[in-house]
Amino acid sequence: MATATSKRTIEVALSTTGLGPDGKPQRIPLGAEGLTRAAPALEPEFEGEHMLINIGPQHPATHGVLRLVLELDGETVVRCIPHVGYLHCGFEKIGEYRQYNQIIPWTDREDYLNSMGNNVAYALGAERLFGIEITPRCTVLRVIAMELSRIISHLVWLGTTCIDIGAFTPFLWSFQERENVYNLLERWTGARLTTSGTRVGGMIADVPEGWTDQLRHFIATFPKTLDQVDRMLNKNAIWVGRTVGLGVMTPEEAMNYGLSGPMLRASGVAYDVRKDFPYLDYETYDFDVPVGTNGDVYDRFLVRQEELRQSVRILDQALQRLPDGPVNVDDPRVILPSKTKATSEMESMIHHFKLVMEGPRPPIGEVYVPIESPKGEKGYYFVSDGTAKPVRWRIRPPSYVNLSAIPKMVEGHLLSDVIAINASIDIVMGEIDR
Amino acid sequence: MTTSKEHGTPTFQVVYPGQPGDAPATLRNIAHRGGAMNPSVDALRATFGAAILRSEVVWGDTTVYVERAKVAEICAWLQGDPSQSYEYLVDVTAVEYRDAVRAIEVVWHLRSLKFRRFLRLKAELPKDGKTPLAVPSVWAVWKGADWLERECFDMFGIRFEGHPDLRRILMWEQYKEGYPLRKDFPMRGRFSRSEQLKQALAANPEARYSMEELSISDAFEDLPTDMRSRLLGGEKTGE
Repeated sequence: MATATSKRTIEVALSTTGLGPDGKPQRIPLGAEGLTRAAPALEPEFEGEHMLINIGPQHPATHGVLRLVLELDGETVVRCIPHVGYLHCGFEKIGEYRQYNQIIPWTDREDYLNSMGNNVAYALGAERLFGIEITPRCTVLRVIAMELSRIISHLVWLGTTCIDIGAFTPFLWSFQERENVYNLLERWTGARLTTSGTRVGGMIADVPEGWTDQLRHFIATFPKTLDQVDRMLNKNAIWVGRTVGLGVMTPEEAMNYGLSGPMLRASGVAYDVRKDFPYLDYETYDFDVPVGTNGDVYDRFLVRQEELRQSVRILDQALQRLPDGPVNVDDPRVILPSKTKATSEMESMIHHFKLVMEGPRPPIGEVYVPIESPKGEKGYYFVSDGTAKPVRWRIRPPSYVNLSAIPKMVEGHLLSDVIAINASIDIVMGEIDR
Repeated sequence: MTTSKEHGTPTFQVVYPGQPGDAPATLRNIAHRGGAMNPSVDALRATFGAAILRSEVVWGDTTVYVERAKVAEICAWLQGDPSQSYEYLVDVTAVEYRDAVRAIEVVWHLRSLKFRRFLRLKAELPKDGKTPLAVPSVWAVWKGADWLERECFDMFGIRFEGHPDLRRILMWEQYKEGYPLRKDFPMRGRFSRSEQLKQALAANPEARYSMEELSISDAFEDLPTDMRSRLLGGEKTGE
């Protein structure tokens, strides 16, 4: 990996493994003129005849219950109408009937590939609403949690996208590594997918004995898998031919459509919430933000690949600085007293009773705290009227907004490219439909 | 946009947020109320005067209450003016309070990447029975508002005037129970289970496409005759 001198590495760090002799990423067009791959001229008698094709909601390549209705001219997409909502569960409505800590399990289930990251995002928002500052150990543990879920999410993205495009082996590699991360999360929180790992003011638990050694082992071995994937895909003629030049979004379009995360950065906008609106002391970690310059599916792949490496860097630094000390804040407004205290001290018993029966009560106010989730800018918007249940709990879903640009991205491309473009958005229907 | 020589690949200039030399840090010990106000508020007051009703800073974020009818104009200015440069629309949503008389608020979260600013715009829709639940759409300013406004319409029934395709998005098109995130909507839904089941069974399973989709292509001609005549007779499709 190239050592970056600037805080943001452009192109160079992105393409370290796919470098050509001139230092530029090597791109191998598959015989096609240019990169947009215009459809060949149609037979005259078929010209102008359009067909309506329905993909999904039950289709393996739509990554959930997404339904796309496509109007085709031959094999070229003329118009795309996406339908979402098949998985709508009313999370935001349910949140209005739950206490602040009771909502945390719902955050696992919206973007279920990033459950730990959502837990942390939720806790950060709720803590600002309560006016709580978390402990130093908790801050570092949350950074570890967020980067681990970023790795999970990007690995699932990598695996499923490879399957969509026709490569099977990287899927096995990435899911094997994902299993290692899930083992780590299971030892920490007791659950693999639905972790519910945070509480307002702290974490569900400290990491167990020997856990950091297991994590060290993971970050020592994981980059080897990434190298394998790089060797397999970066210069692979089929992979490059099926991804380069597809679904291009210019920086202006990407910002105007509200794209975020790797989608925005692949289009050349170096916006990362961790750098630009830092939280959890991310400004003190040394990591780079990969940025693409072509805004196509291939650049999104490169950006995510590099983000995996940067996550490993952050994890390494977090492990080095992990301080001792308590995980939960010492604040009886939100944190339950220990069992011994609750049964031996009058005040602790009252706190315990009030916290369990009534729930913590934030002051009147509203907050929106964004974080950089693997899909993009995710934020929870809370409105409190001073009672124990939020008046409004809003999820800002990054993949919902990213998906809304799919008609713009697929129109004019071939039907088979719709699958690659849809995969590159990295959607999770649980988050889109909520 | 420039083009590299080798493959004709278009490449973009990288856009960096913030000003050179800025080093933002994690916010700490934020005051509940008060604190530094977003400088855009003063600029808004200078430009729009009476259309800017009031502003406040809560937990470090600035909220500006604006006049309902001027929202699109204000947003276009905030996005286009080089001194503001709010090129990124984060979110569009609404808040209804548990109070029976307090106005419904429509909320826009805006972000300027250039200046690393965050601004919350709010427009109030009083529940007096006279004010229509409608605000101007900002779709023309940010295309990203498309689905966000549709969701807000779907969940609260707030109409975004000027939105090109304002229909339900998370609930299905024929959903008749109302707007789920309104406070008068019970968590279990308005209809009984049996009524919900009855409606689900009565849905037309062969009409999988919306009228809009059927009208866009020649596929309409390929439909069975009876279905075509039903659709021409004004019958709605739906799942």
